[in-house]
Amino acid sequence: MEDKVISKADFSSMVDRLIQEGEYDSIEGVKTKDGKYFFGSLTNSGELCLDYDVTLLPPKKYFLPQRETVITFRQGERPAPEPVAEASSVVLIGVHPYDLKAMELCEAVYSAPPADPNLMIRKSKTVVIGVDCLNPNPQSFSASMGFATTESGYDLMLTDIGDSYVVSVGTDRGADLLARYGRAADATATNLARRDEVREMSLGRYEKSLSMPADEIPAILNETWDSRVFAEKSEVCLSCGSCVMVCPTCVCFDVEDTVALSLDSGERYRKWDSCMLTDFAKVATGENFREDRESRFRHRMHRKGKYLLERYDKPGCVGCGRCGLACLVDIALPADTYNLLKEAS
Amino acid sequence: MEMHLTPQASIHLPRLAELVRAEDITRVERVYEFKLADGAELGHRPGQFVEVSLFGIGEAPISISSSPTKRGTFEIAVRAVGNVTNALQKLEVGSTVGIRGPFGNGFPVEEFKNKDLLIVAGGIGLFPVRSLINFVRDNRAHVNRLIIVFGCRRPEERLFCDELATWSQCEQTEFLETVDTCDESWTGNVGVVTSLFPKIDIDAEDTYAVVVGPPVMYRFVVNECLKKGIPEDQIVLSLERRMKCGVGKCGHCQMDGSYVCQDGPVYTYSVLKQMKEAI
Ligand SMILES: Cc1cc2nc3c(=O)[nH]c(=O)nc-3n(C[C@H](O)[C@H](O)[C@H](O)COP(=O)(O)OP(=O)(O)OC[C@H]3O[C@@H](n4cnc5c(N)ncnc54)[C@H](O)[C@@H]3O)c2cc1C
Ligand code: SF4
Ligand code: SF4
Ligand code: FES
Repeated sequence: MEDKVISKADFSSMVDRLIQEGEYDSIEGVKTKDGKYFFGSLTNSGELCLDYDVTLLPPKKYFLPQRETVITFRQGERPAPEPVAEASSVVLIGVHPYDLKAMELCEAVYSAPPADPNLMIRKSKTVVIGVDCLNPNPQSFSASMGFATTESGYDLMLTDIGDSYVVSVGTDRGADLLARYGRAADATATNLARRDEVREMSLGRYEKSLSMPADEIPAILNETWDSRVFAEKSEVCLSCGSCVMVCPTCVCFDVEDTVALSLDSGERYRKWDSCMLTDFAKVATGENFREDRESRFRHRMHRKGKYLLERYDKPGCVGCGRCGLACLVDIALPADTYNLLKEAS
Repeated sequence: MEMHLTPQASIHLPRLAELVRAEDITRVERVYEFKLADGAELGHRPGQFVEVSLFGIGEAPISISSSPTKRGTFEIAVRAVGNVTNALQKLEVGSTVGIRGPFGNGFPVEEFKNKDLLIVAGGIGLFPVRSLINFVRDNRAHVNRLIIVFGCRRPEERLFCDELATWSQCEQTEFLETVDTCDESWTGNVGVVTSLFPKIDIDAEDTYAVVVGPPVMYRFVVNECLKKGIPEDQIVLSLERRMKCGVGKCGHCQMDGSYVCQDGPVYTYSVLKQMKEAI
């Protein structure tokens, strides 16, 4: 699709107009507090931070909320269960390429038959404006995964070229939003050359990388199941689950019921769960199929590097580095483990 | 403004079913017969399972224990071990539960056609294979020999005693049984389930073995089957894993790259052998 250019001032006006006109239920974007970045609701364009390294939680929360009601029911003789999907129309601004790739994986998982309508409804009601990541966080290796930039997963994609953004239009919906709210011109050859240049420069800023092409990871994992690397790395694991809670491609959940105080109705909800927690694979008779830290650690590395890829044809890790930043004992980053396995194999 | 949508086909939405009969099997196990509220057949294959919902308490994956040849209603047999399964025990006839499924692949019944079938069940492993046994008994021409081997720990833990008696008396069914330990009142075989294997004479190439029981049983029984010469892809096992969704989303049941809820719970030994987390 076509490429446009918009000045930073005009983009800010576009965001303000989106907020003021109220066509969408909310305008969400990257904000900052205490030097950390996070996705939250925007009340004016001044709050939006487009030059950031990584957000604490990924934008996955807009599609797969941390806790969501999936059915409601009445207590007693006639339970009358009803499906529930809460969704509002959103413009989501400032998503990095790796998070867009991660959303594509989430969508592949949840749209595989039988499809989960909740994620699909939210996806359809969200206009996504991406932004290229020019200053990656110190744990990011998304360039090695091939996700420093992306050609898909967005309605509009911004690249900061100084006093303006090049806007790559990904969908008709994006083109329409830009036409109605923004004052964009056609990008010139100079604009595009500058975009390529800043993208190229960003590649030199990744501190972490894979020591092999990403597509070799499954083969390396196949050969190293019994490698001591898993035991050695996981020895200090706290089984805290933080690496999973911050991950944009982690999609597992637990399901629980609650009953209202009045005892006449209740709801069933699902909430994020973590395969790094001790009881994730424990069955009622007491058998735990991944009882020790090593087997859970190995499982996570295989799921990220192999299982999801083989099942959905999309990598289970996009290299965002969040797990590496979150892990108190510095063992969670898949690239570190894959590199060690490569060395050992 | 949050929209409260009613999605067309939530993966979490159960159908309603009425409990039409419940009977104790032992002190901790009970059989339940359900009828779907919309009058439909469950439409399962032997070896599949359902997610049983008690609203306000939760869901549990439970094998369908009745044969698909039983029309109008279906049965599950449940050991009370936790929240859902204990609450189920207190449920009165006429109560409504939720049912999702049937889920999973089930036993490869088509492949058993004109073969000999050796079914080995340990303890409550009998619950899922009972569906297969009664299916085959109702379609007796489907397989040649039907050999059933059942083992449990003590005589008091024997399950579906009436049906065990029927199978042992039926001329077209070969039935062997053992208990691990007992007092003098037990006159049958004593020993673990593999102790019966020397008594079984089979044409291994033409035999499918179906093995369901506690995890510890698998290694020993598979070994015996292999020793008898049953080909690896004719040894069929059903596995238990933690399950929350039943539809390949929640990740709990994952074993290597496989989702037991969708790709299983039934696997051949030749497939399981390739997996690191299987048995
Ligand atoms: C495919 C399949 C088929 C099955 N078929 C049958 C069948 O036909 N019949 C049958 O009886 N069972 C069957 N099961 C097993 C059955 O699903 C479980 O027994 C059931 O899910 C238990 O649910 P519950 O809510 O009663 O127990 P829960 O309340 O979930 O837990 C039971 C026990 O586990 C312990 N526990 C639970 N969570 C934790 C935790 N976080 N930490 C520590 N301990 C914990 C509890 O203390 C309790 O003792 C099957 C399982 C599968 C996967
Ligand atoms: S595993 Fe770590 S680096 Fe990979 S996507 Fe998840 S949080 Fe990011
Ligand atoms: S790898 Fe790190 S973040 Fe993950 S569970 Fe272990 S200690 Fe926690
Ligand atoms: S039970 Fe949820 S993925 Fe299998």
